[in-house]
Amino acid sequence: MHLILFFLFAGFCLAGAINLLLQSHPINSALSLIVVMTSLAVLYLLLGAEFLAAAQVIVYAGAIMVLFTFVVMLLNADREERTMGSRVWRAVGFPAAVVILGVIATAILRSRELGVAALSDGITTTEDLSRVLFHELLLPFEVTSILILIAILGAVALARHGHGEPDGESEPHGNQGRTGTK
Amino acid sequence: MSSMFSQEVPLELYLLLSAALFALGIVGFLIKRNLITVFMSIELMLNAVNLSFVTFAHQWHQVRGQIFVFFVMMVAAAEAAVGLAIIIAVFRARATLAVDRIDLMKL
Repeated sequence: MHLILFFLFAGFCLAGAINLLLQSHPINSALSLIVVMTSLAVLYLLLGAEFLAAAQVIVYAGAIMVLFTFVVMLLNADREERTMGSRVWRAVGFPAAVVILGVIATAILRSRELGVAALSDGITTTEDLSRVLFHELLLPFEVTSILILIAILGAVALARHGHGEPDGESEPHGNQGRTGTK
Repeated sequence: MSSMFSQEVPLELYLLLSAALFALGIVGFLIKRNLITVFMSIELMLNAVNLSFVTFAHQWHQVRGQIFVFFVMMVAAAEAAVGLAIIIAVFRARATLAVDRIDLMKL
């Protein structure tokens, strides 16, 4: 059962990632990336990480990808064009990526002491996770909240229309600017 | 048939899947010409590394690996917010998303 689930969702992952590369419209790439992230959540669950599976769906497939699709639709992004640079990188990039994959794969396959994963392994509960997180790693956790606060402020400052103007109301003015540029 | 229903998957398969996703992310980063899709490829690489972390957390029965993934997710969320804001700012200044035309640091 574990093997079947693994191959099913690993197949979804790879198919989504390849589809991301093949699609020329950004919104199709974004939807493929959602498939990849949701399949990864199932794989996390198979590895016994229940909290991370939920967080993967909520944070990645939910919040981050909504942000992506929102920006794609906001900027009215159309099909990408094939350029000279893209052809050069296609010739250089594919062999380079295959070499990197080969190096990593040989390193993985040469290590013989890796174990197996089974459905009966038991899961790491959220309680186990939060016990370590809030007892031993409380300071990094709090620093992360400061990081997110700074990121919110930075995103608002960057995305505001005509930044540098002494304009206190960033949000309604920014929205007007966005609809105005369409 | 019995091997198909044996309840175990070697962890090498998870690591190989992670390596394959990472390589696909590199390919996407190199061949895609749209700024947003390039950014999506970076997210794909982050996810591939996260899968490795969870696999090794399972291998060594350590909670720390999963906590590392938690922090990577938080940083990725912050990075996505700031990165997409930068993309909006660049689009306002240049009116294009093609990476070939965005080759100067100044707006």
